[in-house]
Amino acid sequence: MASIRVDNSNCDLCGDCIAVCPFDAIEQTEDTIQINAACKMCNLCIEACPRSAIQITQDTQSVNKDEWRGVLVFAEYFEGKVHPVTFELIGIGKKLAAQVGMKTHCLLIGYNLESTAQMLLTYGIDTVFVYDDERLLRFSADTYTNVFEDIITTLKPSIVLVGSTSIGRSLAPRVSTRSRTGLTADCTTLTIKQNTDLVQIRPAFGGNIMAQIITENHRPQFATVRYKVMDCAPVVAPFGSIEYADVTDKMTDTKIEVLRVIAKDAAPSITDADVLVVAGQGVKDKSDLALIEDFAHALNGELAVTRPLVEKGWSDYTRQIGLSGRTVKPKLIITCGVSGAIQFAACMNASEIIIAINTDKTAPIFKIAHIGIVGDLYEILPSLIEKIQGDCEYAI
Amino acid sequence: MKIAVCIKQVPGTMQVDIDPDTGVLQRAGISAKMNPYDLYALETALRLKQQVGAHVTAITMGPPQAQAIIKEAYMMGADEGVILSDTRFAGADVLATSYTLAGGLSKLGGFDLIICGKQTTDGDTAQVGPAIAEHLNIPHVAWVKTIEHMEEKSIVVEQNMEDSLEVVRMSYPCLISVEKDIYTPRLPSYLNKKKTRNKQISVLTLDDLSDQSEENYGLSGSPTQVERVFSPQPRDDHTTWDCEQVDGAELLYDLLATEKFI
Ligand SMILES: Cc1cc2nc3c(=O)[nH]c(=O)nc-3n(C[C@H](O)[C@H](O)[C@H](O)COP(=O)(O)OP(=O)(O)OC[C@H]3O[C@@H](n4cnc5c(N)ncnc54)[C@H](O)[C@@H]3O)c2cc1C
Ligand SMILES: Nc1ncnc2c1ncn2[C@@H]1O[C@H](COP(=O)(O)O)[C@@H](O)[C@H]1O
Repeated sequence: MASIRVDNSNCDLCGDCIAVCPFDAIEQTEDTIQINAACKMCNLCIEACPRSAIQITQDTQSVNKDEWRGVLVFAEYFEGKVHPVTFELIGIGKKLAAQVGMKTHCLLIGYNLESTAQMLLTYGIDTVFVYDDERLLRFSADTYTNVFEDIITTLKPSIVLVGSTSIGRSLAPRVSTRSRTGLTADCTTLTIKQNTDLVQIRPAFGGNIMAQIITENHRPQFATVRYKVMDCAPVVAPFGSIEYADVTDKMTDTKIEVLRVIAKDAAPSITDADVLVVAGQGVKDKSDLALIEDFAHALNGELAVTRPLVEKGWSDYTRQIGLSGRTVKPKLIITCGVSGAIQFAACMNASEIIIAINTDKTAPIFKIAHIGIVGDLYEILPSLIEKIQGDCEYAI
Repeated sequence: MKIAVCIKQVPGTMQVDIDPDTGVLQRAGISAKMNPYDLYALETALRLKQQVGAHVTAITMGPPQAQAIIKEAYMMGADEGVILSDTRFAGADVLATSYTLAGGLSKLGGFDLIICGKQTTDGDTAQVGPAIAEHLNIPHVAWVKTIEHMEEKSIVVEQNMEDSLEVVRMSYPCLISVEKDIYTPRLPSYLNKKKTRNKQISVLTLDDLSDQSEENYGLSGSPTQVERVFSPQPRDDHTTWDCEQVDGAELLYDLLATEKFI
């Protein structure tokens, strides 16, 4: 990476560079000019210097990978909850760390975090670094970046994992840019080489190809991962520790002020949903739709229907899949009592996983389903819903 | 008020193939267009121009043929267009792309507001906007769904978070990346097309930027390297089970758990 140096023998201490620097990164000591760590390499001083005494030099030395150790997971905390992607990041983070003998840590930012930090330890974290301050209560890209920078300079992690959430995708590029290092977004597979290089695989061109990416000469290696891609870490007897770090005024200085928070009224849309459960004419009575809807909600998904159900007035047109309804491409679609007519199938057959439940083994839906279950929805669904609801939800 | 909009030219279709023998991307003959998400960014700038008066500059980094999208921006109503084009910019990842765009934006200077699209359809990272803001040391808000109003020194926007909307005030200069559907993009106007037919497009190369060290641009300025690309394995297995033989509920439960839906 490049760095800026001052040739003090050529400098007449005119102070132009100090005046022009937006970051207060240039200081005068006795008879020399020094550039400190606040430098963001904006180069304004280089242009301002009348004697060309400030130069950029190239640091060709490659990074010393042994200096950068450990996996740091950003534990996204928002409105009193840890985003569940965090436990999945810990899961993959611990696997990667174990392969090269590194530790796994969490960064937790917010306010009133003690119980949350304790909870994170139960996922087998070595150290939870906590920045607990009322001024960090709400996410703001600038303050959270400052905090992140602090932990990166003190801990020097080899790998930093952040969830591909609204917050993570706004924060990670800022932090990686400040660290002048690489960031690979939305990784679907992560493995590690013995030299601690992270092998990152991500879809590109709308999922039409996969790219394998490494960050060979820079540390830390930043990757974001979407929710529900990696396996959740198991709960263990806690062994790690919690470290509270100082929160300074400089860190919390922000140009962004949160004025109001509006809760979203979740207006569900079948086109946006990741999971759809579809009711067809195999559902015998309008009141039975509740069963299908319960199943959909148990999977955090939405109810969709075939056209005959809309024609009977059992459901709204906005939930209809098909040529005269909507086209959908969710991660998972489960059809219950749907024959699979072409006008329906053509508008859902690009879904990632298609599961069909139908009593008639000759129904056309079985030709497109990845998993077909020849059986009665009234027998399968109630016990399946019961099993799912028996599972406990994520803690806190 | 000076507004810059970052727009990118992307392939017209994402149906790219990989040569199975050489592993090389086959992109020949694919038409190019403006990144659809950037139309919303441009429209946002043009609406603000109508509301409060502004000078709108469209800026892109790309090969010379990316001038086509600057022309399109002129037809929609942009006042000025700049293309950052240099063979030494080629092969840029998020860091190098945002560094180059930030360099171009500083060179042009004086922007109060920079607007980016939510993401591109080819890079698809949604990371370039926040990274530009970091290089310029200005605040940013991503996922802007609504512009509430503009004040003399700041902008008030609605930010789309996972479970809530946050109304925030941010002082200029600053950057926002806007959601799809913030406004409906206008169509290029025929009148503007005629008016701007000979309108100049400024070209900036590395020699115009303040940091002239080639190492910070393009492939050499990119910390991430693509080791290989390959086709994803499509799911084309089909299995049908009969509840006469198996417990359907149990089977589905295990399957949903393995695929991490429960
Ligand atoms: C121009 C045109 C446009 C159309 N557009 C659409 C459209 O947009 N969307 C749409 O959906 N349709 C559309 N259709 C209608 C389409 O052709 C089908 O008639 C419709 O999709 C059938 O809906 P279904 O599968 O729910 O019902 P059916 O075809 O009646 O299938 C019901 C299925 O449920 C099974 N079943 C019965 N009981 C059970 C049980 N207890 N457990 C499990 N399975 C059971 C049966 O074996 C059967 O296969 C269109 C048709 C035309 C001509
Ligand atoms: N080469 C480029 N030229 C101009 N703007 C870009 C370029 N690449 C990305 N952007 C901007 O950054 C946004 C996010 O892009 P990406 O991170 O690639 O998804 C886009 O919507 C554009 O506004």
